[in-house]
Amino acid sequence: MPEPITVTVNGTSLAVPGGATVAVAIVLAGAACRKSVTGETRGPLCGMGICYECRAVINGQLHCRSCQIICQPGMEVRTDE
Amino acid sequence: MSNITRDQFDVLVVGGGPAGLAAATCAAECGRHVGVVDDNPALGGQIWRGEVGKAASEAVDWYARLRAAGANVLCGTRVFHQPEPEVLLAEAPDGPLELKYNKLILATGARERFLPFPGWTLPNVMGAGGLQALVKSGLPIAGKRVVVAGSGPLLLAVAAYLRQHGAEIPIICEQASWGSLVGFSLALLRQPQKVRQGFALRKQLAGISFAASSWPVSARGERAVEEVVISQSGKNKTVPCDYLACGFHLVPNSELAALLGCRLRDDLVQVDDYQQTSVAGIFCAGEPTAIGGLELSLVEGRIAGLAAGGSAPAAKPLFAEREKLRKFARVLDRTFSLRAELRGLPLPETIVCRCEDVTRSRLAQHTSWRAAKLQTRCGMGPCQARVCGPATGFLFGWAQDSIRPPIFPTRFENLITFNPEAERSEITGGRG
Repeated sequence: MPEPITVTVNGTSLAVPGGATVAVAIVLAGAACRKSVTGETRGPLCGMGICYECRAVINGQLHCRSCQIICQPGMEVRTDE
Repeated sequence: MSNITRDQFDVLVVGGGPAGLAAATCAAECGRHVGVVDDNPALGGQIWRGEVGKAASEAVDWYARLRAAGANVLCGTRVFHQPEPEVLLAEAPDGPLELKYNKLILATGARERFLPFPGWTLPNVMGAGGLQALVKSGLPIAGKRVVVAGSGPLLLAVAAYLRQHGAEIPIICEQASWGSLVGFSLALLRQPQKVRQGFALRKQLAGISFAASSWPVSARGERAVEEVVISQSGKNKTVPCDYLACGFHLVPNSELAALLGCRLRDDLVQVDDYQQTSVAGIFCAGEPTAIGGLELSLVEGRIAGLAAGGSAPAAKPLFAEREKLRKFARVLDRTFSLRAELRGLPLPETIVCRCEDVTRSRLAQHTSWRAAKLQTRCGMGPCQARVCGPATGFLFGWAQDSIRPPIFPTRFENLITFNPEAERSEITGGRG
């Protein structure tokens, strides 16, 4: 297993397994990924880039599909939870 | 505005799962300049996610062959448009990409079919393959209770994988009846490879309760799922859990084929003996032609790769194997077809379109997909009906209308960078 790396999710840093996707970091942080148009909290559904439920703000970039992006050290992730 | 990068290939393969890997490898071994684009961070598709770097996996052998044959690999790259014949536009990590090709092979795979039921939008209710993908991507699952539900052989593979990684599986709920599953087991006996896989699975799943004619009725929880109510032989039963992994077999990713004008039947891409679609020079291999699993994807990929690479006669000896595996695909289709009771799962207030939060009762006021779309925005969110399309097809019998570019949401700058009149400074080689 590769070394764990540190990212921040909504301002709180946490260690994730090396090679983990950002969606995994969000689930590990106990956060939801997004609020739906009627205000429900949502987490990942398909895990393969199809459903867009896992979209989050990654390093300032909006609407990233967090299940398709590998965590990099120091990455800043925000969900609109 | 970001600059567009241009690349040109004899054979371009879209999708780097088993079918795409086999196709790209065989085409490259014919001496063609080959490119493989895949949306995921690495090759391997869903079944080989995370296995490309591991020893003792068939994926590694294919990957080594692909490298040796000199194909270019472009991961994290998603095709969204065909601006003119023999050109595709893709969104890559470093900006937009224009991909020109002489021959194109579509190996876009399949996705899970999701059906709505009360509570299915709660966090930690995921696809069966969806949760497996997350675990393969680093999610620790040890000690978690996972109810696995839905339909199809994927449920067993997922349950075995999760258990191997320390999860507790209280129950596997398969909507198909024992009667159809027995027919499936008999068909398996004709496929020695599958019998071996079946015995291995049985060992891995020993002690886990498996219910046929069983499905989730609702998922409940405060911030995330805490329990699921399942219907088992006509009775409801509540099962506490940390995750509900639920998918109802697979549906083909045939959107790109549809955009390119390839003929489809029941969403499946129609191909000839050499895996060529109704559009000359465009081939298709793997799940978009029939939901048949790994072995069928590999053999179709090999045939498509050889044919697109200019060695069609070398593909002929593979036809018999493909025919046998296609028979198995037809059995899969029959065994795991959805029972009518599942149409009753979503209540009037249950959300069917998750992108736009459209409930069943709002959809029920309409008589066609098009009317529902225009009046409720169903299917108009970022997934572009990839989730609610198959669901409304099953619930209401609605057929989707024509597909329009971009077939995936993309950044505005990617749409405006393509200019066919611009000077073409070709670059070669990928980042493979």
